[in-house]
Amino acid sequence: MTSTTTVDTLRFATAGSVDDGKSTLVGRLLHDSKSVLTDQLEAVEHASRNRGQDTPDLALLTDGLRAEREQGITIDVAYRYFATAKRRFILADTPGHVQYTRNMVTGASTAELTIVLVDARNGVVEQTRRHAAIAALLRVPHIVLAVNKMDLVGYEAKEFDRIVEDFAGHAAELDLPGFTPIPVSALAGDNVVDRSAHMDWYEGPALLEHLESVPVGADPMGAPARFPVQYVIRHGEARHYAGQLASGSLRVGDRVTVHPSGGTSTIEGIDVLGEETREAYAPQSLALRLTDHLDVSRGDMITSGAAAPALTRDVRAAVCHLAERPLRVGDRVLVRHTTRTVKAVVKNLAAQEGGLHANDLGRITLRTAEPLALDDYADSRRTGAFILIDPVDGATLTAGMVDLSEATATI
Amino acid sequence: MSPSTTAAWAPVRPYALSHLDALESEAVHIFREVAGEFERPVVLFSGGKDSIVMLHLALKAFAPAAVPFSLLHVDTGHNFPEVLEYRDRVVAAHGLRLHVASVQEYIDSGVLRERPDGTRNPLQTLPLTEKIQAERFDAVFGGGRRDEEKARAKERVFSLRDEFSQWDPRRQRPELWNLYNGRHAPGEHVRVFPLSNWTELDVWQYIAREGIELPEIYFAHERNVFQRAGMWLTAGDWGGPKDGETVETRLVRYRTVGDMSCTGAVDSDATTLEAVITEIAASRLTERGATRADDKMSEAAMEDRKREGYF
Repeated sequence: MTSTTTVDTLRFATAGSVDDGKSTLVGRLLHDSKSVLTDQLEAVEHASRNRGQDTPDLALLTDGLRAEREQGITIDVAYRYFATAKRRFILADTPGHVQYTRNMVTGASTAELTIVLVDARNGVVEQTRRHAAIAALLRVPHIVLAVNKMDLVGYEAKEFDRIVEDFAGHAAELDLPGFTPIPVSALAGDNVVDRSAHMDWYEGPALLEHLESVPVGADPMGAPARFPVQYVIRHGEARHYAGQLASGSLRVGDRVTVHPSGGTSTIEGIDVLGEETREAYAPQSLALRLTDHLDVSRGDMITSGAAAPALTRDVRAAVCHLAERPLRVGDRVLVRHTTRTVKAVVKNLAAQEGGLHANDLGRITLRTAEPLALDDYADSRRTGAFILIDPVDGATLTAGMVDLSEATATI
Repeated sequence: MSPSTTAAWAPVRPYALSHLDALESEAVHIFREVAGEFERPVVLFSGGKDSIVMLHLALKAFAPAAVPFSLLHVDTGHNFPEVLEYRDRVVAAHGLRLHVASVQEYIDSGVLRERPDGTRNPLQTLPLTEKIQAERFDAVFGGGRRDEEKARAKERVFSLRDEFSQWDPRRQRPELWNLYNGRHAPGEHVRVFPLSNWTELDVWQYIAREGIELPEIYFAHERNVFQRAGMWLTAGDWGGPKDGETVETRLVRYRTVGDMSCTGAVDSDATTLEAVITEIAASRLTERGATRADDKMSEAAMEDRKREGYF
């Protein structure tokens, strides 16, 4: 049987300005990794012919909405799936326009790697710095700087080195952890799936090789256990607290604390989807039984270990505003943090005049009606993240990343 | 050239679930979110492999208690008898409640009219949306996967629908981390897609791993079929074959289950799960491209139907 059940998955996102060739790069990755099937290619060839084009436009593989095809641009994040013998990939294909920054934030929020695409002729531009800033803000663990259109600068090493050096300067300012630069030509196929014959001076991997080998996954042994309670399963007398372990690991016999009540108990049993086990790791979905009868419900956070989350009603965070209507001081909002939703008011905003507008990055202070058990986003992308919701119409307003430090913004 | 450096927050000892375990964990999380946030959720259940996997995941998500949702089947009136038999058997075995929205009843009462091409797929939208309104369902689970079609690649996990069940792809809520926003006004509902990140191959590998039973039509069997628009359709009371179309007996199986009038069979000798998985892994056609006539009508056929409220 051709089982690949032990293969893991890399979730990654693309970012690049308009006309940097992002759709072509994605099309090339899918096409050259043989992930485009015959009927999909036929559909693209057919649509290209209808538009009077001689060669199939690979961007049509990914632009799935009428409006996108009409305007020839990507307007919303789309998810693509492909696999090689080594790994499976979930690609969040995000638009590059400034007005779609929120979509890049959306794609980056679940990505373990972001490809920042640069046109070799233009080098690092404002959008590149913006994309790098978002990747840094969202703590995407791995960054690739893909210098595209190398064919148009004569495949010259010095052009590549100049851009890498320029980007490294910005990366240092942004506290970006490090990045992997790769010279490519998406159009010609250099260093995308196959190594290029045109750039002997480059000794690193092709893009796909890098995507196949970058380490993924959490380190449950090194992180404190965080278990947001999603749902209480009642079965006879027993109560099973169901949820997905956000970080760390839990064992039968562990002492645990329930937040915000502060009640303590011991883990009596762990069920991972119907099977009893002795220990579980993030990001497994499971159900816990405790030895004591505590009042535990959806929205509570069960933790273990010495590093307790901060229990607070004053939330400071870096944010990206997503909605068209601005966010202003005094606005009443709902905060959705893990499985808990509480009322809050915007106390402070470091932003331009008139509040935060769509796609703005900024800093915020909230006062919540009930305490939240928070971690710093730098320590946990799950328990350090929240969204703001409009209490009137339910719209998702803002993405937030908790900042427990006193440090000031670098954005 | 600067080599990649290790991030301060990068994993020191990477630990990754297998891709099936990760997908399962994510889907279960989505089921539990809905159970925690909504009043009247329902699972669309056709007896097809995706909805069968959804039901299996729901059973695991709430074990040892019962699934806290009812099921809804949109019956086109042109269903495969084997699939209806399977549907009723599963519903009874798990003590579930099944709602049925019947396209045939809408045609018989004159509300819907049979299309000239005989396909009933687009006719499902009205019975579905009216049943949702009548029963006041506020969350409707669908087995849609983003790998199926490029309009579906844009679909959110939680997808808000207005009181007419319409989808507006340009007004979708951004969806970040695993924080799903299920807020909705009275009359609106949320379509929920726990299998969003699954591929066809994932579904089959999961079925094999979990030992899930399927309707027989998914495995190679001899069947009376005729060719229309490059596809093998099953001859039957629904109206095929027409004049000039000839019936022959072939060894076929189905990759998807839907209305008999527009769901094509593929030539296959795969009689086991292992053989099916091998066949799909080697296939150069997508699932819908191989078997769905209605998606070939236009470049935006799926987007247009989804906008109207189709699943």
